[in-house]
Amino acid sequence: MAVGIVGYGTYLPKYRIKAEEIARVWGKDPEAMKKGLGIYEKTVPNLDEDAATIAVEAARSALRHSGIKPADIGAIYVGSESHPYAVKPTATIVGAAIEATPELTAADLEFACKAGTAAIQCCMGLVEAGRIKYGLAIGSDTSQGMPGDVLEYTASAGGAAFIIGERNLIAQIKDTYSFTTDTPDFWRREGQEFPRHGARFTGEPAYFKHVINCSNKIMERNELKPKDFQYAVFHQPNGRFPVKAAKLLGFDQEQIKLGLLTPWIGNTYSGSTPLGLARILDEAKGGDLILATSYGSGAGSDSFIIEVTKENERRRNPTPLQCFIDRKEYVDYAIYAKLKGKIKGVVLEK
Amino acid sequence: MTKGLATHWRLMPQRYNLIGTHCKNCKSKFFPQRKICPKCRRTGSIEEFKFSGKGEIYSYTTVCAPPQGFEYQAPYVLAIVKMKEGPFITAQIVDCKPEEIEIGKKVETVFRKVIADGSSGIIRYGYKFKLRD
Ligand SMILES: [Zn+2]
Repeated sequence: MAVGIVGYGTYLPKYRIKAEEIARVWGKDPEAMKKGLGIYEKTVPNLDEDAATIAVEAARSALRHSGIKPADIGAIYVGSESHPYAVKPTATIVGAAIEATPELTAADLEFACKAGTAAIQCCMGLVEAGRIKYGLAIGSDTSQGMPGDVLEYTASAGGAAFIIGERNLIAQIKDTYSFTTDTPDFWRREGQEFPRHGARFTGEPAYFKHVINCSNKIMERNELKPKDFQYAVFHQPNGRFPVKAAKLLGFDQEQIKLGLLTPWIGNTYSGSTPLGLARILDEAKGGDLILATSYGSGAGSDSFIIEVTKENERRRNPTPLQCFIDRKEYVDYAIYAKLKGKIKGVVLEK
Repeated sequence: MTKGLATHWRLMPQRYNLIGTHCKNCKSKFFPQRKICPKCRRTGSIEEFKFSGKGEIYSYTTVCAPPQGFEYQAPYVLAIVKMKEGPFITAQIVDCKPEEIEIGKKVETVFRKVIADGSSGIIRYGYKFKLRD
């Protein structure tokens, strides 16, 4: 039987900070930063939001869309690099908040920006093996960038949840393929607040090598070419990498436009590729073919070939992602610093 | 042991999912949960009831001098919400400025961090409300 997406949900915090506001504080040329990173603004979580609350909101939305009973969910995997606890799973908080507990398996995943797509693969395996009826895969983050670092312009917050099953699919996952190596391009040691990265090293040997190889291999083994796809979404650490990756692979701008969200919401890390995919599903029609390739530093990519079904047109998501993209209020750098706990002496109890 | 840990654990269904109770006999709904229907007494029949999380602002206040743990959220709105199903519930209204609040405005529940026991304690999640778009 075919495996695929039964329903999905998304969530973005309401607050935004503009790239030029961050550039103003650090004495950078705002136009150069915006152009260089391909980013206009990013989401900022409120004081009482974290990767768990974002995961719960996305999961509840996915449940409303799918119409399934929470008790039928046999597995919950939450991918994040900002789990609120070092020890105590986010997945159990989500399980209780959607009333899926206690008859299920649950675990947290971490793989930089690709833990959300790894969660989808885990659920696919269990569903295909006949061990569970539905799996809930979530990518959710409230990522941190060191003040003044280039990551501060992009590191944002958001998440998406997918219910994986075999019946009533709005999209079938035809194939998944992964490409993984030990590449030290970006890391955060235990107990450290901010990540570090290899600057230019994050490009060619890291992002592009994995995204390009993974995407090419999955197309090759399915005998598909870029022109066979209506849409493509690639991980979006900034607004420029995915555009370049698309060009290198032979996709045109029309194919990636819909799922390219980073310029307006920032890099939501584990939520990035899942949110781009959700934005595409909000509009895709029966028969449309989507290529989705995530990237997580450290490093690896997961590719998916997804065929949208007619059911997606009959059962549109009642809360499309655009609702969250449009619902926004700007904050200045001082408020942003407070919300993100960057002010010395302010203990935010997080 | 952290103070209130067991209480929080017991109240999770209420705090996470607005699980109250209702009387099958007279249809009265209760939040927080009641174990005995005050109207029907012994003839009442109580069972769990999940509230929709939809309601409207019945009354509100702006908190400018918050208690410990809420210092950095001030000023914030604390409201009495009249739930669609009847009962009243006191909760924080998030993602809005005090001047955006009016009595009668429609609200719906959101899942948020309510309080954390310092940086090393348990994080208590629960219901808050936001204005409906
Ligand atoms: Zn009664």
